[in-house]
Amino acid sequence: MRVNRVSGRVLEGPFEPVYVYEAPVRFWHWTMAICMVVLAATGYLIGSPLPAIGGEATFSYFFANIRMIHFIAAMLFVVLFLVRIVWVFLGNHHARSIFVPPVWSAEWWSGLFSQAAYYLFLRREPHHWVGHNPLAQFAMFAMFVLGSIVIVLTGLALYSEQYGWGSVWMNAFGWVNVLLGGSQMVRTVHNLAMWYLLLFAIVHVYMVFREDIMSGESVIGTMINGIRMFKRAPR
Amino acid sequence: MSDTYYDLMRRQGISRRSFLKFCSLTAASLGLGEAGAQQIAQAMETKQRTPVIWIEGLECTCCSESFIRSAHPLAKDVVLSMLSLDYHMTLSAAAGEQLRANAHETIKKHKGNYILAVEGNPPLAEEGNYCIYYGKPFVDVLREYAKDAKAVISWGSCASWGCVQAAKPNPTRATPIHKVITDKPIIKVPGCPPIAEVMTGVVTYMLTFDRLPDLDAQGRPKMFYGQRVHDKCYRRPHFDAGQFVEAFDDEGARKGYCLYKVGCKGPTTYNACSATRWNEGLSFPIQSGHGCIGCSEDDFWDKGSFYDHLTTIRAPGLANLGVEGTANRIGLAALGVAGAALAAHAAVSAIKQASSRGRNDRVSDVEK
Repeated sequence: MRVNRVSGRVLEGPFEPVYVYEAPVRFWHWTMAICMVVLAATGYLIGSPLPAIGGEATFSYFFANIRMIHFIAAMLFVVLFLVRIVWVFLGNHHARSIFVPPVWSAEWWSGLFSQAAYYLFLRREPHHWVGHNPLAQFAMFAMFVLGSIVIVLTGLALYSEQYGWGSVWMNAFGWVNVLLGGSQMVRTVHNLAMWYLLLFAIVHVYMVFREDIMSGESVIGTMINGIRMFKRAPR
Repeated sequence: MSDTYYDLMRRQGISRRSFLKFCSLTAASLGLGEAGAQQIAQAMETKQRTPVIWIEGLECTCCSESFIRSAHPLAKDVVLSMLSLDYHMTLSAAAGEQLRANAHETIKKHKGNYILAVEGNPPLAEEGNYCIYYGKPFVDVLREYAKDAKAVISWGSCASWGCVQAAKPNPTRATPIHKVITDKPIIKVPGCPPIAEVMTGVVTYMLTFDRLPDLDAQGRPKMFYGQRVHDKCYRRPHFDAGQFVEAFDDEGARKGYCLYKVGCKGPTTYNACSATRWNEGLSFPIQSGHGCIGCSEDDFWDKGSFYDHLTTIRAPGLANLGVEGTANRIGLAALGVAGAALAAHAAVSAIKQASSRGRNDRVSDVEK
């Protein structure tokens, strides 16, 4: 099988299964997914709390526990994200793709437009790709990677606030506050970034199912066992 | 005019005992501890009074009103004993040319050694003509007085951030001090108004130690603006418990629950209200049942409703069409639109798939 090294486009058969997602990437993917679900749910509740509960405040720590779960999942998210960045250097060629889309390659751009045309029903059949197709790569970078960076930085800035100016946390992340012009704005950006990532998530899930059913390649299975299978010959 | 603070205080009939009490109270309010009281006493016994010139631009005088209500230290003590308030339009007994001559004399005599306190801010539109000071645009007076100052204090949210006159669309282009005076150390004391004890505390610190207090990244003294109102709020246990006021007349409001859901900006506001409180420590907004409106934060007028802790976002240029909402409302709408688009895409995909399968079947029929 002949493959374009930069864009990952399959040029010629015969098709062989390709090992795309290594074990750390797969593990990372599913733990990140769980983290994001937990973070979005608790984050929404922090922004729009449930109706008040009665009784003495002494005996309840309900809202603080929601925040605690949010913080734990958030720290896990940050660590996983950093480990994933390290894996960009240690992992295989595909581990790089969503962090460094090859925007310098004309072949990659033409792949992006042909894939977009396919999704707009202007093209009958898509090309075959070993890793992410260029459009998916672009969406992963612009929505997931950039969105995550924004949500992580604003989140850490909000977390730092409880320690106050002059603390180690605030020295590290207080600049986000200054950059955005105050804590209220940091909150708003954090909140919007959540919706941006949720938007990414639903498009991602839809595309994954659609590709798995309609395209010539395995998709969901690939994120489970790491191997890309090709179901039919390219046109 | 070479009196020390102590000389002046004694001359006014203040006993040594009262003086030391004042020093320890001031040290406590600045968070300096026992040694701090000694330092303040020593400084006041040996140092000469620092002249302060206090000018007022586009503002409402609420900063001055707050200042004169300081209890620890008493504003009377600050004005009469600690600093030499050589010029203040509202507080001075003199008026007009006499007063102005006084200011100019101070500037000449204490060149590079006086503190300029600015209340309010200069509007820059129409060459500054929206605020006239002795027949001149205020911005020119500000530049002239700031030129030889040792440091500039920005009193209140007007001078620190812009406040209401700089709220959108800011027709007079009211501009905070640090954007006009860029070559002097500036200390921001935001709030609308700032807490009286914070104002006198900042002045006391500067006069005592002859340096600016430690400032945070936004130029505010850390000792008063290092933490949020939320961090020391006495209603914080209700926040952690999940007990919120839902409406101002409900059971939760009567029981003193957390005001987060009715728009309290305590969690995003850096100020000392919950620690020092107001009117000699009597109360502060949250204690009297109303959420914090975040008056010491940048642009607090443009951060949406005072009664929703999520900011209302207005799409630029689309606000007239009613395109606005909190991040949650906008996000949910965007998700709805995306969901509908994906459902439509799925439907078209299914039709295409079915029709292409039919065509493939026909092709294979022909091949047979």
